[in-house]
Amino acid sequence: MAMPFYVSPEQMMQDRAEYAKKGIAKGRSIIAMEYNHGVLFVADNPSASLFKISEIYDSIAFSGAGRYSEFENLRKAGIQHADMKGMMYSREDVTARSLANGYSQMLGTIFSQEMKPYEVELLLAQVGETPEGNELYRITFDGSIIDERKFTAIGGRSEAILTFLRKETSETSPTLKTALQLCQQAFEKGADPKTSLAGLEVALLDRTRAGRKFRRVETTEALTLLA
Amino acid sequence: MNPDTFSTTRFSFDPCSSFYQFLGTHRPELLPMARWGALSVQHGSPEIPFSNQIPPWPHGTTVLAFTYQNGVLIAGDRRATEGFQIASTRMEKVFQTDEFSAMAIAGAAGPCVEMAKLFRIELEHYEKLDGKPLTCEGKATRLGYMVKANFPLVIQGLVVIPLFVGFDQKREIGRLFKYDITGGRYEDTDFHAVGSGGKDARLTLKEHFRQHLPEDKAVRVAIRALSNAAEEDVGTGGPDLLRKIFPTVKLVDAHGVRDVADSALTTICQELLSEERES
Repeated sequence: MAMPFYVSPEQMMQDRAEYAKKGIAKGRSIIAMEYNHGVLFVADNPSASLFKISEIYDSIAFSGAGRYSEFENLRKAGIQHADMKGMMYSREDVTARSLANGYSQMLGTIFSQEMKPYEVELLLAQVGETPEGNELYRITFDGSIIDERKFTAIGGRSEAILTFLRKETSETSPTLKTALQLCQQAFEKGADPKTSLAGLEVALLDRTRAGRKFRRVETTEALTLLA
Repeated sequence: MNPDTFSTTRFSFDPCSSFYQFLGTHRPELLPMARWGALSVQHGSPEIPFSNQIPPWPHGTTVLAFTYQNGVLIAGDRRATEGFQIASTRMEKVFQTDEFSAMAIAGAAGPCVEMAKLFRIELEHYEKLDGKPLTCEGKATRLGYMVKANFPLVIQGLVVIPLFVGFDQKREIGRLFKYDITGGRYEDTDFHAVGSGGKDARLTLKEHFRQHLPEDKAVRVAIRALSNAAEEDVGTGGPDLLRKIFPTVKLVDAHGVRDVADSALTTICQELLSEERES
């Protein structure tokens, strides 16, 4: 009987992390940015029907980078969790913080116990009643949660994009137009110089809307916004 | 949210984006009938001793819907009764279920409100999972399924009868669906009313309903039908100008669902009242 080789836990975790990072590096990036009336999501996504940004609940949106089947499953599970919680308690009791915790638990367990870790990075945002109430969470493949302010990015080119954004953003929260411009420039500088608006998926969590705050912005509307 | 209940792999091949089905599979105890499953006494039944010790529970009464010029109107009175008592004078029986649809329910108040709430989540859930909302036809079918699933409760005396209206964006018309207790679904092209005063409301509608009524006339017809039903039926509450309680009237058209404001309803009720004084 062949004995399995001994692999130290450090080595095993390192291998898994490398594997997951490699998968995510292939994925296109997504930016979430706070603007004066809510949170803007912009994804580098040439498809007009397969979305990377999605509504989870009244004031919560989700976005995933990496392997589609994996973050799509996580998205569905999030919606199921949110709808169930909203039904059992009240709509206000569904929070991005508890969802982020759930995702973190799940990704953490998968990372340490499954054969193959998930090759995904998640971005979760909740728009608050005031700008101070906004919440942005970035959740990585191993289940770490990073609580972000003002803006954040996930996906293959996120480092380059974040470097650009850190340099360009100011202290005051931008208007929707400025935020969208910044995001487009960030994709041009950080990811692909040929990025056009048609190749970007844009969605908002708009505080001024009644009820469900999530709204998609079609390319034509994005063009008029930037004009 | 542990990995067990929050499992991902289970849903990947499930073609259904139904929240109702999701609850049935994963949390059946949260479905309306689960709670009543063990209760096998019929309310008020003389054969069963003690059954008359169960106090009566609230019932919502008359609701109606009909098509008009721009789409479809749906309305309901505000009274809930509990045996011979009035349980509430301001109950809401007409609910917006999504951007282009609404429903109204007659029957046992608790399960009615619960079904409306669950149906709203059902539509929203589908829209979020699938990326686009259900068609008008699809929504009506889903509601029929929920009414059918409610049948065990009907046998126990908890009847829930909905009316469903929606604006069909593809065909650009308002549509109206009625249901029976077994989940049977029937589309109506003109009007319908259900509940204890449903028959009386239908009689008025039969007389005053015309195809393609303009909005203001349609609202008047709805108020008239509900007022007449209130005069004939103890379970139906008429407009109350003194306490400012008016029927709920919602209009569903190409722009979505909106409520007719109380101020507009006040004027119409006063006009109808003075008409009656003169005659």
